[in-house]
Amino acid sequence: MEQTAFQIHPKDNVATALSALIPGRVRLLGDARTDGVTAKEEIPSGHKIALQDIARDEKIVKYGVTIGCATVDIPAGSWVHLHNMRSLYDERSGHLDVRTGAPKDTVYE
Amino acid sequence: MNDLIWQGYARKHGKPGIRNRVLVLYTVKCAEFVAQQIVLQAAHPDVELVGFDGCTDNQYAVNLLISLIRHPNVGAVLAVGLGCEYVQPAWLSDIAAQEEKPASWMFIQQEGGTARSVEKGLTWVRDTLSALRQTPRTSMRFSDLVIGAECGGSDSTSGLAGNVVVGCLFDRLVDAGGTAIFEEIVEAVGLDQWLLSRAVDERAAREIRYTYDKALDYCRRVRQYSVSPGNFAGGLSTIEEKSMGAVIKSGSRPIQGVIKVSCPPERPGLWLLDSTPDPYWMQFGITNPNDSEGLMDLISCGAHIVFLVTGRGSVVGSAVSPCVKITGNGDTFARMREDMDFDASPVLSGQCGMEELTDRLVSLVVQTAGGVETKSEHLGHREFFIPYKYQEKQVAYTKACEQ
Repeated sequence: MEQTAFQIHPKDNVATALSALIPGRVRLLGDARTDGVTAKEEIPSGHKIALQDIARDEKIVKYGVTIGCATVDIPAGSWVHLHNMRSLYDERSGHLDVRTGAPKDTVYE
Repeated sequence: MNDLIWQGYARKHGKPGIRNRVLVLYTVKCAEFVAQQIVLQAAHPDVELVGFDGCTDNQYAVNLLISLIRHPNVGAVLAVGLGCEYVQPAWLSDIAAQEEKPASWMFIQQEGGTARSVEKGLTWVRDTLSALRQTPRTSMRFSDLVIGAECGGSDSTSGLAGNVVVGCLFDRLVDAGGTAIFEEIVEAVGLDQWLLSRAVDERAAREIRYTYDKALDYCRRVRQYSVSPGNFAGGLSTIEEKSMGAVIKSGSRPIQGVIKVSCPPERPGLWLLDSTPDPYWMQFGITNPNDSEGLMDLISCGAHIVFLVTGRGSVVGSAVSPCVKITGNGDTFARMREDMDFDASPVLSGQCGMEELTDRLVSLVVQTAGGVETKSEHLGHREFFIPYKYQEKQVAYTKACEQ
């Protein structure tokens, strides 16, 4: 089945998966400059896929604006989320579980 | 846009309304049951309950009650008090009378308890409903309309479809001479330059700068931003990402300035509503307690219709103004079809373009303004939420508590 992702702004370096993605071809909808990208790994629905190689500390751009920066080098086609990017404001978001978003900086005892 | 016309309700003062509600308003929690019984026994879709729970009054809450009394969708007001609270039902009734709206009030203690108060209130409400049938009708168009928008239960579709179509509709509304209000400044983190670049003049820029800094300072101090585990699990990675997805509902037109809760904009155009508490009273009321508060804030500024954009789904409606629920998530729309008013997902699958989708939303707005019930109105949702909070009426460059 064809996989698709949505690019909201032509300057973006990430797009949003419209369904859960598996490694392979992904067609781009929306305001995209290229036809598609190849997913390198599984990416949950609604999450972001890198449209190009993004170096550590480089800005992550969505909607044409900076939404954070890369914490490691991110190859094109990778899942972009809490494990490889961070907010420029919210220090807490780096302490959240990458799958569930649950906080890991609060002690339950 | 302005060739689209519907019949509204003429008011003696101010803008025409799109509904002709009778508000039964309680002035303390102790009077809520009686007021609620009046509304339930009246069993009429235009009779609605609102009220403030506290006995000790609060300027913010009183201002909010007054803004609802003056609202163009409200035709008449019955204020119900217990008899010993700070909030004064007689004074609220006077404000409705100054607007030349049918108004009355009572103290339950003076009436002699529950049964006699309910009976008296019910008689007044039934008589008033008949009187309101004589309210003169008047032609309305988009230039007469005030629409507010907020989002709740966002997911990754909100910023790609739901909020985007609202932004496109806001552009058309503003171009037609109407008024659009967006809020949630705590969800504009990282976007100060983007917002400032849209300020219509120096004054608007100064108001946006102050309001943005206040909200960011609050988030920093409490080390908490307006983003939740559910947002992260759904694919939003940062508050900046969630913010842009939220603020995109403001469209692209110039921002005229910042307004505060219960203070309708002085002229048409696009306005930013600041509902965050003013310093140093941040602890006195949190920023976004729930979606109903956000809708109430927009309505307090005169919104005839409120948009609630959701991804994961919502069922709320609102007293005073119809709530139109929009989702960009096709699964949510299908699963909650009886609650959702508008499906923005076709634009994601490429089934239609944003222009066509905006046309569909314009049609829904015209229908709703013309009297067709929204899903939440039909189901009987009439939520309201009026908390204790501290806010200045103007953008608070200098704090009243320091003067």
